[in-house]
Amino acid sequence: MRFVVVLTVCAVAGCASRAASPSTVPAAGGTDTAATARAMTGAIAEPNANPFPSTYQPVASPPTIIRNATIITAAGPRIEGGSILLRNGKIEAVGTTVQAPADAVVIDGTGKFVTPGLIDVHSHLGVYAAPGGDALSDGNEATNPVTAHVWAEHSVWPQDPQFPRVLAGGITTLQVLPGSANLIGGRSVVLKVVPARTVQEMKFPEAKYGLKMACGENPKRVYSNRGPATRMGNVAGYRSAWIQAEQYRRRWDKWLADRSGDPPSRDLGNETLAEVLRGNILVHNHCYRADEMAQMIDIAREFGYKIRSFHHGVEAYKVADLLARDSIAASIWADWGGFKMEAMDGVRANLPLVHNAGARAIVHSDDPSGAQRLNQEAAKGIAAGRAAGIDVPDDEAIKWVTLNAAWALGLEDRIGSLEAGKNGDVVLWDGNPFSVYTKAEKVWIDGAMMFDRSDATEAWRTDFELGFVPATRGGAR
Amino acid sequence: MRRLTSCLCIVLLAVVAEALPAQTYAITGGQVFPVSGPPIDNGTVIIQDGRITAVGANVPVPQGAERIDATGKWVTPGLINPATQLGLVEIAAVGDTRDASARGRGDAINASFTVWHGLNPASVLLAPVRDQGITSVVVLPSGGLIAGQAALIDVLEDTAVSAMVRRAPIAMVAQVNNPQGAGTGASAELLIKLREVLDDTRAYAQRRAEYERGATRDLVARRIDLEAMMPVLRGELPLLVNADSRADIEAALDLAEEYDLRLIVGGGADAWQIASRLASERVPVMAGAMNNIPGFSALGARQENPGLLRQAGVQVLLVGTGNDPLTFNVRNITQEAGNAVAYGMDWNEALRAITLAPAEVFGVADRIGTLRAGLDANVVVWSGDPFEFGTRVEQVFIRGVQQELGDSRQDQLTERYRELPPDYRGTP
Repeated sequence: MRFVVVLTVCAVAGCASRAASPSTVPAAGGTDTAATARAMTGAIAEPNANPFPSTYQPVASPPTIIRNATIITAAGPRIEGGSILLRNGKIEAVGTTVQAPADAVVIDGTGKFVTPGLIDVHSHLGVYAAPGGDALSDGNEATNPVTAHVWAEHSVWPQDPQFPRVLAGGITTLQVLPGSANLIGGRSVVLKVVPARTVQEMKFPEAKYGLKMACGENPKRVYSNRGPATRMGNVAGYRSAWIQAEQYRRRWDKWLADRSGDPPSRDLGNETLAEVLRGNILVHNHCYRADEMAQMIDIAREFGYKIRSFHHGVEAYKVADLLARDSIAASIWADWGGFKMEAMDGVRANLPLVHNAGARAIVHSDDPSGAQRLNQEAAKGIAAGRAAGIDVPDDEAIKWVTLNAAWALGLEDRIGSLEAGKNGDVVLWDGNPFSVYTKAEKVWIDGAMMFDRSDATEAWRTDFELGFVPATRGGAR
Repeated sequence: MRRLTSCLCIVLLAVVAEALPAQTYAITGGQVFPVSGPPIDNGTVIIQDGRITAVGANVPVPQGAERIDATGKWVTPGLINPATQLGLVEIAAVGDTRDASARGRGDAINASFTVWHGLNPASVLLAPVRDQGITSVVVLPSGGLIAGQAALIDVLEDTAVSAMVRRAPIAMVAQVNNPQGAGTGASAELLIKLREVLDDTRAYAQRRAEYERGATRDLVARRIDLEAMMPVLRGELPLLVNADSRADIEAALDLAEEYDLRLIVGGGADAWQIASRLASERVPVMAGAMNNIPGFSALGARQENPGLLRQAGVQVLLVGTGNDPLTFNVRNITQEAGNAVAYGMDWNEALRAITLAPAEVFGVADRIGTLRAGLDANVVVWSGDPFEFGTRVEQVFIRGVQQELGDSRQDQLTERYRELPPDYRGTP
């Protein structure tokens, strides 16, 4: 834990050092109450300000050991007949000879598989909540092509019945993004898939925010009347926004360094963009076509920010070398394509081709149904690779839904693989997770068992489901 | 429900016999799943002149037959995906490539719309479907209250449309789960409108001469639509009704009973709740195993639906409920079947639900859907369990013709970009 905290603070301080004083470093969920208090005056936003801090608390849990399972670690070769010990919310040990404390709950993993909790980097759960309809359509602030000022978390409905369903699919962490109507759609939020009254209770402590950007057809279609109406209009729109943001960052960083006189006026949109320029927010860029990805890479270089991951990227395989060169992840589907012109060239070998080129491939869902079967989507990618003569071993491909996804969220030090010291986010599968017949049997988050298929009476039912959705027995999900 | 009456009065397109291939094939040594009977270990399937001529454990290989060694492999009938818009919709967001919905006169009644007249035999989506072992699909119209008439086609391309179509029409497609889409404001109003169409079809059928003279009151639909509804009213052409909520399904059942219609329920998210009624009234349900997200029209959606229905004795046709199940991912019907099994459906029943069941429901079981002597040779050889992701399709026969595999547009793109940067000259 301590190791992780130190790392985080260093990273933040390093980024912020361009201007901010070292006292202004609390990341999301940090404990610098003085800085928080200052931020709460509302007139000043420090870098990494955190006005909606996480109130997530791990569920109390006894030490738990899973014994004699096939453990796919995402950190090396699988361990046959392995054991994994969870204690105090963390993974304490993984291996073939793990000592368990006397009070540990022992789970027999014979014939079963263990993987890290799956991570979905592209979700709209909560912002496009079931049962759907206009009243719950909160994912696209489609009122202006640049809405950097909106935050997805302010749309999240914790009672979305899709949350327990993706948990049952083994998802323990997800990034909820604004939609793709806008060139710059707003901030994402990283959530743990846990029952909660408030979104703050779901927020992943100290996770960085993301910024949603979108290329191509969606913005130019949505704004065809007022502009941008073309792809060149799109690009002009991004650049105009970054020009303003850079000016804003300079003005604020100067004031934050001097703290003399009245602070500049706050502007929520530019504040978020300035945080991107400071390296405190990660860019997640919806972009289908290869040529557009290359242009977005140039725009990022022009303004001095990094794209952490392209999303959807049905043509990522055409520029996988560029993605590898610039360390940009490709968050993609296993087999979506064809539904619009810019998605026409989707191929099933996208994941293995990207992987093979040395770039980080990630299976994302963008879909409440696909999110429940991210393991099956990865299995399709593995199969497509082998059909095309690219053999990505299962033990590597697991990273598409775990470690690579953690990296895209900047959380690779805390989640995404089964290693001592990492968070106790673990899935026990009733078979090989890349088989169509396999289901998540038990899911732990921070060491606490949050889903147990064998015990339907304990199943998490959201408020919405009470009365509306028939209760079913025997792992109805 | 209604007895099967003669279909002679329906204008029916049947398979146009092409020049049948003379080649004889013997698929030997595989685990054969005829579907019409129990699996056969070390079985042989003989294909001759486009037909299956023998299936069994001790079948002699005819002289001159090309032997296909299927040792360690699985042999099944060609799969049938019973809900697609292949050949009707190429790129959903590109209007020029959409031919699935008729506009009619804007009253949501398009019974006369015959989708097979707009089929695109050059669709690039056909090859990836065939490459995954799907040899026939149902092609459905969409939109409105009565969307039009569906067809069942074989997954052939670059051929005459008439050669692709195996049977048409196979069903009249309607929906009762969307009052707004039907141009009405409430479920009951939608049902009244549907009744009105059926009543006026009856009136039209009884008083055609007077209608032609202009001696009848105004009827609710165009003449061609009333004409098209007549086989439905006679119980010859099934009415495929998309309905998800229990209330909508029950309303459709009541309507079918009242008018003595042959009903098929499509969607059927809540169908498991009334499985015994569906079974006793012998109404087939087209349902998927990957939809479990509650909406106000499908609050009971759950993955166990197909398994529960089948256990109750309902004829189940598995349909895609994942991404783009009607076009780009028609191929994923095997994933649907695998998930159905994971959620309680017997494996053999899941295979039946994408072979024999649709063949029976759409009236082609005498030609496809099983491996039996005399049937058209739509046959697939798999490297293993067809529902598993890691399984590869090794051979596909359609009407006895061995199909070229692995050269779809998607395969060509994959090949072209295997090495970067690509070489744009010549073939990939």
